[in-house]
Amino acid sequence: MPGELTDIIALSLRVTGLALLISSLIGIPLGALAGLRRFIGRRLLMLILYTGMGFPPVVVGLFVYLLLSRNGWLSGLPTEFLPSLFTPAAMVFAQTILSLPLVAGLTAAAVMAVDPNLRLQVRALGASQVQAAWTILGEARAGVLVAVIAGFGSIISEVGAVMMVGGNIAGHTRVLTTAIVLETSKGNFDLALALGGVLLGLSFLANFALLTLQGKTLDP
Amino acid sequence: MTALYQLTDLAQEYDGRRVLDLPALEIQPGELLAVLGPSGAGKSTLLRLLNFLETPTRGNIAFDGQTYTASQPPPLAVRRRITTVFQRPALLNRSVAENIAYGLGLRGVPNPHEQITALLERVGLDELADAPARTLSGGEAQRVALARALALRPDVLLLDEPTANLDPYNVNLIEEIIQQHRAATQATAVLVTHNVFQARRLADRVALLLNGQLVEIAPRQQFFDHPTDPRTRAFIQGEMVY
Ligand SMILES: Nc1ncnc2c1ncn2[C@@H]1O[C@H](COP(=O)(O)OP(=O)(O)OP(=O)(O)O)[C@@H](O)[C@H]1O
Ligand SMILES: [Mg+2]
Repeated sequence: MPGELTDIIALSLRVTGLALLISSLIGIPLGALAGLRRFIGRRLLMLILYTGMGFPPVVVGLFVYLLLSRNGWLSGLPTEFLPSLFTPAAMVFAQTILSLPLVAGLTAAAVMAVDPNLRLQVRALGASQVQAAWTILGEARAGVLVAVIAGFGSIISEVGAVMMVGGNIAGHTRVLTTAIVLETSKGNFDLALALGGVLLGLSFLANFALLTLQGKTLDP
Repeated sequence: MTALYQLTDLAQEYDGRRVLDLPALEIQPGELLAVLGPSGAGKSTLLRLLNFLETPTRGNIAFDGQTYTASQPPPLAVRRRITTVFQRPALLNRSVAENIAYGLGLRGVPNPHEQITALLERVGLDELADAPARTLSGGEAQRVALARALALRPDVLLLDEPTANLDPYNVNLIEEIIQQHRAATQATAVLVTHNVFQARRLADRVALLLNGQLVEIAPRQQFFDHPTDPRTRAFIQGEMVY
């Protein structure tokens, strides 16, 4: 299945990459907001984020399934803007929900760890709200990078959600993790192991890329 | 002459504890007001309020003819006329030169390279321009923080113990820089210091803050030679001994 295998790898990377991109674009600003500003509902937001970090993928999968299915929670409402079940878009949707709390929660924790004295100094030097948030995110960059890596780790190896909302359809929504489950259940352990190796290798490469992208950030 | 700052009925409380209580205080444009007082008197709190970094529990601050309150904070453009050099220097995890350029960058000033080089030379740190700020000694960091503030040419310069970690040579250097800067820019300055001699050397007026209250405020000569409050006398003498 070499042709099929490259399709599976490509889809895994596309789904997880897109979900990570979306959850970073939303989660990093959201985390900065939760970490830096005082507003009503901030504690509740943090609670939701921290709880969301430990969401079991199958439960998220179930929620998204019910949300997206035709007879589900949103039936009767205009749902054009939501993806259909058993499509890669539905998988991206579920994985975004899975990784968002990690990215946002760890970003919030990282910016909160920045010296409050420095936060004050930045404002004293004339930073606007947005400039101050941007500067503090820069100071917390090592922690923000960890947030993104944790978000990636939580979804690249996740099987429950993509299985439920994607359906593991060959050539359409099959990704590495669902393929591993399938091959294992069929008794094709060698193939399952090989797929597992590919998954590990991809994860390693992606993390390596993220780290080098940030260059000297993690130097002491 | 109208005052640059007019503080009215100003109070600041933290967790219900009043740390600053100023029925009235005026700061004149162009003057250097030295604020003396023991640890915990509320000196740094006063500077944070003057820089509009926190809102007072009670009262209001008029700056340059405009009154600001908790519900009506000053716009960014007004805040940018004021800056503080903090007691504990807070530098960004960047190079020394980038730290000094930071405030200018916020204001969209392009390429302030020459200005930064000049400032670095002025504070005696030109060789450290590219050094990461986190490797600096305490005194070096303090000088970078001062240079970073001066780069902005603020109308109001708030200095919180700017020479606390420095040796006599650098204390002298910093005092000279402050004087020169004032002469060149007509900036108003509030200098918080433990050092009575420094207040004597630099101030136009001197204030003594005790337990959040203004005990005495007077022109320098009068403050040191004819203090009206016995606590002022005691404070000056106590400091003299040490
Ligand atoms: N953010 C805060 N929350 C709670 N208490 C505070 C806060 N900031 C200052 N205080 C308290 O207010 C009082 C005055 O503090 P402040 O820093 O203004 O004193 P100071 O005169 O600058 O002292 P020092 O000479 O030691 O720097 C202190 O008792 C301090 O503990
Ligand atoms: Mg202080």
